[in-house]
This record gives sequence, C-alpha cells and structure tokens, in this order.
Amino acid sequence: MSPSLITVSYLASAALFILALGGLSNNDTARRGNMFGIVGMIIALLITIGAFVSGNYTVLVFIMVVGGLIGFVLSRRVQMTQMPELVAILHSLVGLAAVLIGFANFMDPSISYTGVEKTIHEIEVYIGICIGALTFTGSVVAYGKLSGMIGGQPMMLPARHWLNLAMFIAVVVIAVKFVGAEHEQALLLLLAMTVIALLFGIHMVAAIGGADMPVVISMLNSYSGWAAAATGFMLSNDLLIVTGALVGSSGAILSYIMCRAMNRHFISVIAGGFGTSSGSSAGAAIEGEVQTIDPQALAQLLNKAKEVMVVPGYGMATAQAQHAIADITKTLIKKGVNVRFGIHPVAGRMPGHMNVLLAEAKVPYDIVFEMDEINDDFPDVDVSIVVGANDTVNPLAQEDAESPIAGMPVLEVWKGNTTVVLKRGMAAGYAGVDNPLFVKENTRMLFGDARDSLEALAQAL
Amino acid sequence: MIIGIPAEIHPGEKRIAASPEMIEKLIAAGFEVIVESGAGAGASFTDDAFREVGAAISKDPGGAWSADLILKVRPPERNTELDRHESEMMNKGSCLISFIYPAQNKELLLQLANKNRTVLAMDSIPRISRAQKLDALSSMANIAGYRAVIEASNLFGRFFSGQITAAGKVPPAKVLVIGAGVAGLAAIGTAKSLGAIVRAFDTRPEVKDQIQSMDAEFLELDFEEDGTGEGGYAKIMSKEFIEAEMALFAEQARDVDVIITTALIPGKPAPKLITNAMVLSMKDGSVIVDLAAEQGGNCECTVPGKIATKYGVNIVGYTDLPSRLAAQSSQLYATNLYNLIMELCPEKDGKIKIDMEDEVVRGATVVHKGEVTWPPPVVAVGAERKPSFSGQIVKPDEEEQEKIQSEPSWFMKLMTGAWLPLIVAGLALFGLGQVAPPSFMGHFTVFVLSCFIGYMVIWNVTPSLHTPLMSVTNAISSIIILGALTQISSSDNLIFILAAIAVFITCINIVGGFSVTQRMLQMFRG
Repeated sequence: MSPSLITVSYLASAALFILALGGLSNNDTARRGNMFGIVGMIIALLITIGAFVSGNYTVLVFIMVVGGLIGFVLSRRVQMTQMPELVAILHSLVGLAAVLIGFANFMDPSISYTGVEKTIHEIEVYIGICIGALTFTGSVVAYGKLSGMIGGQPMMLPARHWLNLAMFIAVVVIAVKFVGAEHEQALLLLLAMTVIALLFGIHMVAAIGGADMPVVISMLNSYSGWAAAATGFMLSNDLLIVTGALVGSSGAILSYIMCRAMNRHFISVIAGGFGTSSGSSAGAAIEGEVQTIDPQALAQLLNKAKEVMVVPGYGMATAQAQHAIADITKTLIKKGVNVRFGIHPVAGRMPGHMNVLLAEAKVPYDIVFEMDEINDDFPDVDVSIVVGANDTVNPLAQEDAESPIAGMPVLEVWKGNTTVVLKRGMAAGYAGVDNPLFVKENTRMLFGDARDSLEALAQAL
Repeated sequence: MIIGIPAEIHPGEKRIAASPEMIEKLIAAGFEVIVESGAGAGASFTDDAFREVGAAISKDPGGAWSADLILKVRPPERNTELDRHESEMMNKGSCLISFIYPAQNKELLLQLANKNRTVLAMDSIPRISRAQKLDALSSMANIAGYRAVIEASNLFGRFFSGQITAAGKVPPAKVLVIGAGVAGLAAIGTAKSLGAIVRAFDTRPEVKDQIQSMDAEFLELDFEEDGTGEGGYAKIMSKEFIEAEMALFAEQARDVDVIITTALIPGKPAPKLITNAMVLSMKDGSVIVDLAAEQGGNCECTVPGKIATKYGVNIVGYTDLPSRLAAQSSQLYATNLYNLIMELCPEKDGKIKIDMEDEVVRGATVVHKGEVTWPPPVVAVGAERKPSFSGQIVKPDEEEQEKIQSEPSWFMKLMTGAWLPLIVAGLALFGLGQVAPPSFMGHFTVFVLSCFIGYMVIWNVTPSLHTPLMSVTNAISSIIILGALTQISSSDNLIFILAAIAVFITCINIVGGFSVTQRMLQMFRG
C-alpha cells in the first residue's frame, strides 16, 4: 500500500473524528456524529491492518473479535446509573494500552534513531508511558470510588503536596538519566518511572473527594487523549496525534466547565482540595427542626400546585428512581401542572449524568433545563422536589463565606413556595457539609429510599 | 385535666383561644374541655360546633375559669359585668396561657402571682427556630399585615392593579411598606397579589433577599449601617442614618398612594417615620395604615384605634387588626396554643408539666407556682442568632478555619499565577525550536492545531450531551490501537504479547465506547 494512500486514509479518519465531536455537541446531530466516529475508526483500522500487519493474523482476528464482543456485551448490560463507572474503567484501558505499546515500542530492535531524533524519540516513549500509567491507575481508583469499592472520602496523606512534588522530581530525574542510557539500564529506569507514575495516579485520584468526580472523570478522559497523542509522537503517526489532541483538549475543556460550575479552581481539584475539611472542620453545623411529610400529603401538595420543579441528584441515580419520577411527571403534566427539571452541572458523578438517566426514563428533554436557565424562576415555583441532591441545593454556598462550598453556584430551591427533599437520612452530601435547607421553614423532608417514596407518591397521585 | 376557654371580654375583641379542630385534638390527647357559651361567636364558631367535637359548654364564665388550664387571647382584665377581675376567678394551682405582655403589665403579673398559679405568656416565647410553630406573635403579625392592605384598599378610591379598559387606562397603585418583619412581608405579599407596585424599606440589610423574593422593590439607602439588633429584631439607628432615611421617605411620600408602616423596636416607643409634612405632601385620597399604632404609631398623625383624616389622607390607626379577621386569627392562635400544650404534654396523657429546663417553656413561663419568673435569664446563644426565618448557624473556631484556608494556598499561588504558565510555555517552545528536527516540528504543528480544533469544537457542546461526548471521545482515543497493530507482527514474543494485550483491551474500548454512546443517543431521541 502506498504511503500516500495511508496518509490520505488517516486524514479522512481524522476529519471524521472531528466531525464526530462536532456532531456530539448538539442533540440533532449527535447520532450522526457517532456514526462518523465509527466510520473513521473502521477506516483507520482497515488501512493499518492492511499496511502494517504482516503475520499473526489468526491471533489478531481472534483477540479483536473477543475484545469487541466483551465491549459490546458490557455496553448493553450496563445500567445507565453505572455510566460513570463504565467510562472510568474504559479510560483505564486506554491508559494501560499506552503503557504496553510504549514498552513494546521501546523494546523493538527494528526501531533505531540517532542523534537528536533518538533523544526526542526516547522522551516521547517516556512521556507516553508516564501519562498512560497514571491514567491507568487513576481510572481504576476512580472506578473503585464510583462503584463504592473504595470509600468516597478523599485520602489525605500528610504533606501530600510535597509527596506529589517529590514524585514529579523523581520522574524528571529518571528522565534525565534515561536519555542516552544503555538499553538494559534504560529499561530498568523506564520500569522505575512506570511504578512511580502508577503510584502517582493512585494518589492523585484517591486524594480527590467524591463530589469532584465529574471533574476527575473528564480529567481522566483528557489524560487518555494525551496518552494517545504521546504515543502518536512516538510512532510518528499524525492520526494518533490529531485524535489524542482532540480528546485531550475536549476532556480538558469539560473539566474546566465542571470546575466553573463548582466555582473551584482546576488546580485545587487536582491537588485534592474539596472535602479537605470533612469531619470536624466541615464548616457550619446546622441546628433547627426538620419537618417531615409523607407521600400522601406530598400528593395533595402536588395536586394543588401549578409549577413544579424537580431537582435530581446522585441519590436519584443510586435509588434508580428515574422511572418513578418520569411516571409522576407524566401524571402531573396530564393534570395540567407545569413540571420542569432543574439540573445542576455537576449533579451526579459525571458530566451530564442526570440527563442520561432522565433520557433513559423518557422524560421529554424540552422540560429539562440547566441551572442557569431556571434558577431565576424558583420564586414562582409552588413545589420543588429535590430527589437525592444535597450539595447542589445547599444555601450555605451563598450564605456562609467560610463554607467549603462557598461561592459554588447552587439551585436556589429555597426561594420556591415549598421544597420537598427526598433523602435517605440526614447525612451530609459528598462535600461533607451540612445543609441548612433541610431545616428551612418551607422545607419538608421525605425520608426513605427515593424509589420507594416516589412509587408511593405515584400511587397516591 | 380540664381546659377552660372563657369568652374574651375586651371591648371589640372577637377572637377566641380555640377552634373546633384544636379542641378535637386536645380531647384526643386526653384533656377535657369546657367552652363558655358564645365565646366563639365573634369568630363564627358556634357552641354546637364545639359540642360536636366533644367539648362541654358552660353558661357562665365561672365554668370555664374554674378549669385547671385556661386558654385566653387577651391578658386578664376586670369584668365590669361581674365586677370581678378575671384573675380572681382562677382556681388555686391552676394555669393560664394567653398574651400577657409582662413588660407593660407588671401590676397584672403581681396580681396573678399568688395561689400557686402558673402563667405562660404567648408573647414571651423565645423566637428560635424550634419554637416557630408556637410563635403566636408571627401568626398575628401575618394577619395584621394582610388586613392592613385590605383596610387600605377599602379606603383607597381606586384599583390596586393597573388596567387598560375601554373606558381608559388605570395606573396601578403604588404601595410603600416600611419594616419587613412578618407583618411587613405579609403586607407586601397581599398588596402584590392585588396587583399594586410594591416598594419596601427596612434598616436590616439581610431582609433584602426576603423582600426581593416577594417580588417587591427593596429601597436602599446609600449608607453603610446594619440595623440588625438582638434576636433578628431592628435596633435604633444613628442620627445620620435616620436623616438619610427620612429624606427617602419624604421623596417616596410624594409618589406613593399607600404607606403601610410596621416599624417597631423591642421595648421602645415606635419611631416616628412619617411626619406631618410628609402626610401633607401625599396625594389626596392616599391611605396610611400604621401597624405600630399601639406603640404610639410611626406616623405623627396616627390616632390609635381610629381612622384619622388629615390633609385629605386617611390614616388607619386600628390596634385590633387580627381581631378584625377573627376566624382566621382564632384558628392560627388555637394551633399555636395546641403546639405549646403538646410541648408541655409530650406523653399525650392529658396532663401538663412545666419543665423549667426547657428553653422555650422557661421563656414563656412568666409566673411559676405563684412566683414571678419574668424576665427569664439571658440565654447565651443569642449572639450568633440569625432571624427566625433560617436555621441557627454555629460557626467553627476561627483557628480551624484559618487552617483550612491556609493549607493549599502556597501551592495555589504558585500554580494559579497567570504569568507563570505563559513564561514556561514560551521558554519551552523556544528551547524546542533550538534543538528539534523538522520531522518532529511537523508533528508538533499538527498537535497544536488539533488542540485548537478540539477546543473550538467542544466549547459549545450542550451540557445534556456531556456523558455521550465523553464516551465517544473515549472510544476515539482507542485509536491508540494503531500503535499496537504496527507491532503485533513482531517476531519478538514479548513485543507480540504486549501488542496483543493492547489490541485486546482497546478493542473492548472501541466497541464498548461506540456502542454505549449509540445506546444513550437512542434514548435522547425521546
């Protein structure tokens, strides 16, 4: 196959990937965008197999089919509520692949450069493996946190900033020794760096609190892109560079959007700042009387209401309550109630998590609004139903400048007429901050599993 | 235990300290109830309505007064018909719950404080969030605020709402509410729902949000002074502040049609806010409702208890606005009383117990077993207390806060300085340009341009598509499989195995990523 044909095919793939991302930015073009992505990937795979693979075809076809099947089954089986976990574990695979490819490339005797090119190539290998390794362990830890296998509280090692700095310096020092080292010794250095990068990935994500998970997920997304780009440099493959850069910058932008939604600085999220004050120093303690409500009374309240706002949070996902809430929405709309959904940008554990769940439950998306679109409407709302959200509706963010979540934009549900909060108990949210909303005069608490409560409510309606 | 509800004898008082629903609940909690015949007439509760829920009706006041626990609205006073003071009609060891105003009625307090009696004053209940459901002052203030607007609209010769009719255009009435406590906020809400343009003023800046949440305009002084006194009430302001405030009122008086004043400072005569000159400057037919009339009035022209007319302006000085909405105020007051009795009788066994350790009960009890227990000792938590609207907030130690804030700061400062990344990036590019071969620079150009394309393409993505976007970028980043494919044909076994594993896991990722995206987007179709 002529080199130009390969280049042209790669160019086509790159263009298709750009179109895929562009398509995904809008509901109308999203599915077409996904198709572009698939076509781009198929072209790239076929051309590469045709041009570079010269043997081991049986094994190749076998592992591709088995891997593909596993991926397919995973994607069909996964609950929509588990999307964050799935995305996290898929990220880890990209990271691991980058490490493996980096080592394979380094050990390949057929690749030889000289002079500056050799140095640059070595640095590329080094960086590719480094980013891949930390993406790998970081994603695995994120997966553990999201699936509940590891506690959501941030792990706060003493002097963790110094530890990070020490690891970073170690990586740089090893890099200096690595460049130009003999092959055997270089391999050892490379392995040492990989171990450090793996530890760094664990430490980095372990130190980040659960409430910052949307940022972590999009950050890891970004890293998996950078890993691909670094591999592209290593292989002098423009398609990898383009794709890696696209994914890397898109993940970075998403992380930035998430950080802005929480009024937090990107660096402090990465450095593990949120929830540092969990436990005794969690800002303000709230006193006051909680007023409860039962599903029957809530049904009466809703029957009288004209404007209802539903504010879902991670609790809706854990309780799988999206179908129950969709049923209630349908019933209320039939009765002429104006039901809307207010979504906080960081509700849930990954960007857009709530939208996916509501779409799964077939809540029409013209009644699903972003925080900025509806936050001014709360004074006109008769009943707000908060389903398992906590930090995103915490008035302390506005009222208490000392609070760890101070300045984070929140949904101002308390400005509505009545707010009903569905919650399992009085525990604090992921940020570890108490919520004075629960004791406000116009707030009623409906304790219990959100799905059970909502199903009882649907019955009562 | 028997609960007695006598009729109110104060002239013009139409309220009653009970409602049929509340009596039903009291009987369910094990009490017996005697109501004086005709006591509920003013609030449209008939004797039959009380009988139906199980209360006994006594023909004369004595029956109700001889009970163990007496519920009243007004403080006890001399019954001119019987020529006996009501306090004398109470049995030894009995208990009275009513409004008492101990600060103004010290003599009455002494009169009640004998014969082992106990008296709880509804007006002395501490205004903390736990006691909100007992807060009769708020219940009554809410009604007074509503009624004030109704009285004003009754006297005001025009619509409150603006209208455009075939017979011409009607401008909306402009209402100014001074003092945004419970009564003020109720007045704002009522005037707003009648369609008026409502402006409000208060010396406490924190009520600004509450006013704006009612959709009224908060009038601000260009002046820095916080008027929040103890317990969320207002305090006396500085001379300069009052001058600025008066200038604002003078300016508003010329413009507005209705003024409702609710300005009170605890334990002080009502501040005079609306002067003769301001009343003179108001349009003919305007109305002032002075809710502070009982404490002397906020307006210089107020005559307590009456409607005064001066310079063509009607000034309402009624002191009995809650009584003018007797059914509503009786119902709310009865519920406050019921909640208090339930605090005293947590077992629901028909017996009450005065627990002087309880902050709320201690505050309300002005006479305990024949001894005057007013004023209650000051409770230490007062300093940090917010107004009764929101929960109480306790701040942690300052030291601890400093620790929280200072820890990441050195790191943050280093990393967030905008100049640092720029200089580093500039130096790195320069260094790169010095040493890198052209082939690398070609790739590097592609890389940087792609970053910008990614930035442009992603920036406007709809937030609802963040998750599908992430899963598709994840699938696309599996393009790294190309690296593995170029190595899989290697004759070196180790390289082959590494490449094979890489191909395997990226294949999971490619198919999984695209397919789950497809699945999600299918749902978004709706």
